[in-house]
Amino acid sequence: MEHLISMRDLDTRRINALIKRAGDIESGREKPDMSNRVMGALFFEPSTRTQLSFDTAMKRLGGKVITMSGTKGTSVEKGESLADTVKIINQYADIIVVRHYNEGAARYISEQVDIPVVNAGDGANQHPTQSLLDLYSIQKTQNTLNNLRIALVGDLKYGRTVHSLVYALAGYNPVFYFVAPEALAMPQYILDDLDNMGMTYEVRETLEEIIPQLDIMYVTRIQRERFADPEEYEKVKNAFIIRAAHLTEVKENFRILHPLPRVNEIHTDVDTLPGAYYFQQAGNGVYMRQAILTTLLEQL
Amino acid sequence: MDKKLKVDPIREGTVIDHIPANKALQVLSIIKAAQDDVVTVGINFASHKFGRKDIVKIEGRELSQKDINSIALIAPDATVIIIRDFQVINKYPVQIPDTLNGLARCANPRCITNHEEMMTRFRVQQKNPVRLRCHYCERVFDGDELELVTA
Ligand SMILES: [Zn+2]
Repeated sequence: MEHLISMRDLDTRRINALIKRAGDIESGREKPDMSNRVMGALFFEPSTRTQLSFDTAMKRLGGKVITMSGTKGTSVEKGESLADTVKIINQYADIIVVRHYNEGAARYISEQVDIPVVNAGDGANQHPTQSLLDLYSIQKTQNTLNNLRIALVGDLKYGRTVHSLVYALAGYNPVFYFVAPEALAMPQYILDDLDNMGMTYEVRETLEEIIPQLDIMYVTRIQRERFADPEEYEKVKNAFIIRAAHLTEVKENFRILHPLPRVNEIHTDVDTLPGAYYFQQAGNGVYMRQAILTTLLEQL
Repeated sequence: MDKKLKVDPIREGTVIDHIPANKALQVLSIIKAAQDDVVTVGINFASHKFGRKDIVKIEGRELSQKDINSIALIAPDATVIIIRDFQVINKYPVQIPDTLNGLARCANPRCITNHEEMMTRFRVQQKNPVRLRCHYCERVFDGDELELVTA
């Protein structure tokens, strides 16, 4: 049984196939019919945005959705093991979409059931459907994934999304600019991996000088809960606020991506610029999730 | 004669040689010598290969493959010598396998393996020094960062 648990399991051939399929579904060239299928959405940790995106994707495929959001009032709260919970859903659904607060939960669940499992986020570990929709957004706006100049801005230390994106793009010869305050810099073990892969990157604390060269600027939120010291948060939270005034000299194909929700790191005056792409990016998530659900359900 | 072990020979049992200096007690805790096992520990012996090394001898017990695999986590260069009737009947280097199942606890407190009743699994990324990736949470650890599962 094929699952989608980690970007680590995907080679560029499979990534490209999913991107192509998302495009075919979006353009209407392909109209998969999953009207006899049920998706079980298990959100042990609630995440409204991701849940709505999966929900929409399955319904656009004609399928049905059953949902558990949070564990309040459920058998989980009564002490039921994760294995038991998912073995029961296995009896109701044809595919499981799971978000869980513990790292590795999705992998473990995939070993307990005989239907496909999609990881919708396991703690700080992986969120592969987000990575794939990011790649789809980049492909759509640049017409390629190859040889791009990409700045990653914001929380590069704890940001699961940016870590995952860096590895996902590794096969496409990018130039990365890692722009973050020192306290939130890209972890050394990732830089070591990039060195071992012979990749080109620059670690920076300022953004302005490189903006005219960029194809993609990927911005992430700096989260208050990452800081033990609130003063430290106050110091860095306003370090990188992207405003329209910064974006006067950009390439024509330049786009800004953000996994959302944003707080203040992209000023609303950016929203009307041609480079603002974060809302369409969220829309792309639905097409990519349709492609993922279809590909996995076809095995049954 | 400087290669001769500076501890008395044993009639039957296991000698573990080429343990990194000062790791012998950790090796002993891994192989869980029983109360009545006769154990000899040599610490900080001179070694051509390592400068200093430790040696452990366990009388009357031949180590199993599982015991040996776990030793590799902290003593990847160790040699295991099985003795019967004062004769060396088998001698082989410790070899860490490609995967370790149920031997060590994951050091990531948020890893699912620390919250469900389940077996841990690690894939060996690098053999010497040992680096392992948790099959579940995908974090990478040094061999000596992991706490061994006590039976
Ligand atoms: Zn783990």
